[in-house]
Amino acid sequence: MSLNWFKLSSPASFYPVAGTLIPWFAWGAAILTAIGLWLGFAVAPTDFQQGEVYRIIFIHVPSAWLSMFLYVVMAFWGALALGFGTRLSGMMAQAIAPTGALMTFIALWTGALWGRPTWGTYWAWDARMTSELILLFLYLGIIALRQAIGDPRRADRACAVLSIVGVVNIPIIYFSVKWWNTLHQGASVKLTGTSMETTMLTGMLVMSFAFWFYSIAVVLARLRAIVLERERDAAWVRALPAVRAHAGVLR
Amino acid sequence: MSAPAPSTATALAPVPSDGVLAGVRWALARDLKLAFRSRAELGVQLLFYVIVVTLFPLATTPERNLLSTMGPGVLWVAALLASLLSLPRLFATDHADGTLEQIALSPYALEALVSGKIAAHWLTTGLPVVLLAPMLGLQYYMDGESLTVLAAGLLMGTPILSLLGAIGAALTLGLKGGGGLLALLILPLYVPVLIFGAGAVDAVRAGLGATANLSLLGAGFALAVVGAPFAAAAAVRIALD
Repeated sequence: MSLNWFKLSSPASFYPVAGTLIPWFAWGAAILTAIGLWLGFAVAPTDFQQGEVYRIIFIHVPSAWLSMFLYVVMAFWGALALGFGTRLSGMMAQAIAPTGALMTFIALWTGALWGRPTWGTYWAWDARMTSELILLFLYLGIIALRQAIGDPRRADRACAVLSIVGVVNIPIIYFSVKWWNTLHQGASVKLTGTSMETTMLTGMLVMSFAFWFYSIAVVLARLRAIVLERERDAAWVRALPAVRAHAGVLR
Repeated sequence: MSAPAPSTATALAPVPSDGVLAGVRWALARDLKLAFRSRAELGVQLLFYVIVVTLFPLATTPERNLLSTMGPGVLWVAALLASLLSLPRLFATDHADGTLEQIALSPYALEALVSGKIAAHWLTTGLPVVLLAPMLGLQYYMDGESLTVLAAGLLMGTPILSLLGAIGAALTLGLKGGGGLLALLILPLYVPVLIFGAGAVDAVRAGLGATANLSLLGAGFALAVVGAPFAAAAAVRIALD
């Protein structure tokens, strides 16, 4: 069976597809979280330098990866909305922003909790932490800009311009530990071989997939809500059984 | 090809050419003329810069070593705030009286006209800050070499502020709560300029030489000059839709 991607770019045809995908990704996220946390807290050995404190990486590293990855994905959908004027792309970018901001916040928060026992401070003006904080401000700026613009189509395009300009920050975050060599430790996971115990690495990768699946499930759920909100006057939305059942309440 | 529509605010004769540089020149000349006619407004913005810089020694301590340490940072933060304060002038008045729509309809490329406006914005708000900063730096007991590097950094950095700021100014055109929103959108993008600009002076004070930081500022300027007019013009079109 060949998939027609252009058909899926219509909100009306993607809405039910998103609905069937959500449970798969949600259950996937739940199962992977269970496996990942079991690996991280029960199987992985104690770190010989950092003791038990290091175990926060099973939350910290996946959320930090996702915070950068989701930003790029958001800018990608924004660019599509800007270039082709596709409605669903703009909605996708809108749906990703809050989850991206949440991931950035979790990365900063868990980093602070890890920093206190390890470095003796919750916060340091280290290059990677500062650039991650700027990423949070970028996400919040994009969300605020969307809130300030009444017309959703204008909001889509304005947020797309802003998120594309902000993409310069992503390589700065990613390479900050290499370029500035400040407090934050360098990457332990590299393509050319890692400096980690296998079970630690497996746990972290499983948790990363769990966070990724969670993000997909939540973004798709939010996307469905945005589709309903924006297309509320469309005939196909009015024909939905759930909408028809509550028509009297809504109108 | 029709001439650019006459705007309500200026009587400058339209340049009979459709070249890109002609568009830049036209917008630059128009905005400079408008700025010159409201000199008091420009003076107020410069005074804002001076006053912000003056507040820090009053709020902290007049102690010589501390002031010369934090001087470069304060002068840069104040430059960021002064730039932010002047950004609404870039498009908002033209947007309010409908001139911006006429400008967008003109045969010149909008990118060229936006570039001209950005250049005029820098000449009227950025350049005075560059010239004023070394004098204010003396109040912070900065030495000659630091002052030179500070001025060089500001000379390369303030155009980036105008270029990036134009994007934010265009994105927030006609929105409620524009001022605070503009700050939220633009200040995070200003941060690298601040870090490298103030970092250049710190590096000189530490005996490391300012080349690395100034080179990065120069690279940022090159990138912004190429990219920002397109992003700002796109944002103006979105706002006018």
